[in-house]
Amino acid sequence: MSDETPLLQLRDISKSFGSVQALAGVDFEVRRGEVMALVGDNGAGKSTLVKCVAGTHAADGGQIIFEGREVHIHGPKDAGRLGIEVVYQDLALCDNLDVVQNMYLGREVSRFQVLSEAPMEQHTSETLASLAVTTISSVRQTVATLSGGQRQSVAVARAVMWNSKLVILDEPTAALGVAQTEQVLALVRRLGEQGLGVILISHNLHDVFETADRITVLRLGRDVGVFDRRTTTQQAVVEAITAGVPTKVSGITSTAEAPA
Amino acid sequence: MTTADVVGPDRPTPLEEEEIPGGFAGLYQRAWLNLRTGNLGPVPIIVGEILVVIIFGLTATNFFTSVNFVNLITQTAGTAMLAYGVVYVLLLGEIDLSIGYVAGIGALIVAELQLPGSSWQMNGILAMIIAVIACAAIGGVQGSIVAFVGVPSFVVTLGGFLIWQGVILNKLEQRGTIIIQDRWINYTDLYIFSPWLGWIIAAIFTALYPISILYKLLVARGTQIAQQNWLLVGIKTAGIALAAFGTVAIANHGKIISTPEGLPLACVIIVLFFVLLTFLAKWTTFGRHVYAVGGNAEAARRAGISVPRIRVLVFMVSGATAGIGGIIFAAQVNSVALTFPPGNLLLNAIASAVIGGVSLFGGRGEVRGALLGAILIGTLQNGLNTLNVSNGWIYIITGLVLLGAVTLDTFARRLQARSGR
Repeated sequence: MSDETPLLQLRDISKSFGSVQALAGVDFEVRRGEVMALVGDNGAGKSTLVKCVAGTHAADGGQIIFEGREVHIHGPKDAGRLGIEVVYQDLALCDNLDVVQNMYLGREVSRFQVLSEAPMEQHTSETLASLAVTTISSVRQTVATLSGGQRQSVAVARAVMWNSKLVILDEPTAALGVAQTEQVLALVRRLGEQGLGVILISHNLHDVFETADRITVLRLGRDVGVFDRRTTTQQAVVEAITAGVPTKVSGITSTAEAPA
Repeated sequence: MTTADVVGPDRPTPLEEEEIPGGFAGLYQRAWLNLRTGNLGPVPIIVGEILVVIIFGLTATNFFTSVNFVNLITQTAGTAMLAYGVVYVLLLGEIDLSIGYVAGIGALIVAELQLPGSSWQMNGILAMIIAVIACAAIGGVQGSIVAFVGVPSFVVTLGGFLIWQGVILNKLEQRGTIIIQDRWINYTDLYIFSPWLGWIIAAIFTALYPISILYKLLVARGTQIAQQNWLLVGIKTAGIALAAFGTVAIANHGKIISTPEGLPLACVIIVLFFVLLTFLAKWTTFGRHVYAVGGNAEAARRAGISVPRIRVLVFMVSGATAGIGGIIFAAQVNSVALTFPPGNLLLNAIASAVIGGVSLFGGRGEVRGALLGAILIGTLQNGLNTLNVSNGWIYIITGLVLLGAVTLDTFARRLQARSGR
């Protein structure tokens, strides 16, 4: 892993909904070519943190630094312009449309509003091939006919097709069987290998340890540690998620690397 | 982990999705596959239509005549226009109950604007343009209430149903019937093309399909997109040619007393709008977004599509087609009376779209379904009329056909779901 500036750096992010403090001074970073897992119990603030990056929520305080520059993300469009794409748990695919139509949804290639199907179909096939998604036999199948893993692949492929630099995956394997989970995890690793930054939100530590390079643990709106996958154990991560010793106390700036 | 490992555990590629060869073998394979998996498309309704024509041809004396054929077209044209709009609204998963009376408003506006002797009397063509714009605006207002306020379309358009009915009542209760004398307005339903013009029009419409295929090939230049099955293209072209030239041939054949019949303008209008609205639905970004919003509005919103904008535009389309349909109906009787809209216009239009395979839940259906459905309902009602069947039985039989069509479609859908397509 190189020492260059991280792709995305969050400093002291806080966010509250009314009287509920969802995030309290969270630091977080993702490097290029790295799969960073974001784990934590329900209500730990994973989704809120990601939504601040995706532009769905505006953070109350703190800095978002993308590629070394401080940025202000006011909506999903801003995030998209920076190269940040989110694959939500429900995938946001239209079942009645085919794979090509879903991949280009909202960004259709057209000439005077008339769709140019052939370039879209061509590029879709190429993108799927570049991600080694070979289980989809026809890009003109409707999404309704695809399996869960195939749908997830389409959603991920859609996210990376737009020159994105950071892909955020929200529980990509939650609804999948064993074989399809393997398929999607392989795809996630491939994204990292292609030089993208990946944030993987997951409850499933097995998946996290199979895929992630580093693991950030959130608990009750605070980041309680960053673990290197190769030097830590599931035991240590579980302790951090539940009630283990915090490696960061709020008010004291932490180092990015946590003790192994 | 290698790629092969990733591929392995997923469910096997369905055999039917594999390479379908060209030529006869491919055609047969495709047809058999579609039949087996319940992907019937418009086939049942075309078969139904042929059956209806044969039955009435054998039983009713006046049905199988050229004059009745032209009558059938002019009677069906208005319903088909409204049904086109219904398709768009249903594609969103919404409903527009106001179209019957919005059609009435369209007819009322042209009738008022062409009124001889009034200070505002104007050319019929201008009057029609204003009427259609007004109806689109009505649709736009109703659509805005649905899209921005969030009132269910059923309620909004039910309100529209009552309001526009009230406006028509207020206007016509004292005045009685308004006669339309402007020839341009009356032409919309009753103008008859000379025989050779009819042939030329048939040729133009026949050419559209091959041209669209050529355009697709042109766009696909330099890519490896699946080739067309030329046999299928040929058969479809031949089918369209048969329908177009057949229509003109039958229409040209007739004579009312000594005036020769011919292709009515109403037929050209409904086919023209069929082509336009199919193009809009299938070939443009707007159409794509309509299907997307109907399939999964939340996904469409996240993809950056302005869902309210699409909703408003669709209700405007619905209003505009209702207005055009209303003008055609008014032209048919050269007047607007309190009995407008004729018969069960609203329900016939919705039934046409539904019989044509358009889903009430959004995202599924095509404009051609509305045309085929309207033709089936029109033929049925026309045929029963020539048999002197009572109105009660006409309603009952139309209802049974509607039920039958939807039941068949539901079974086909279940078969499709089971075969994973």
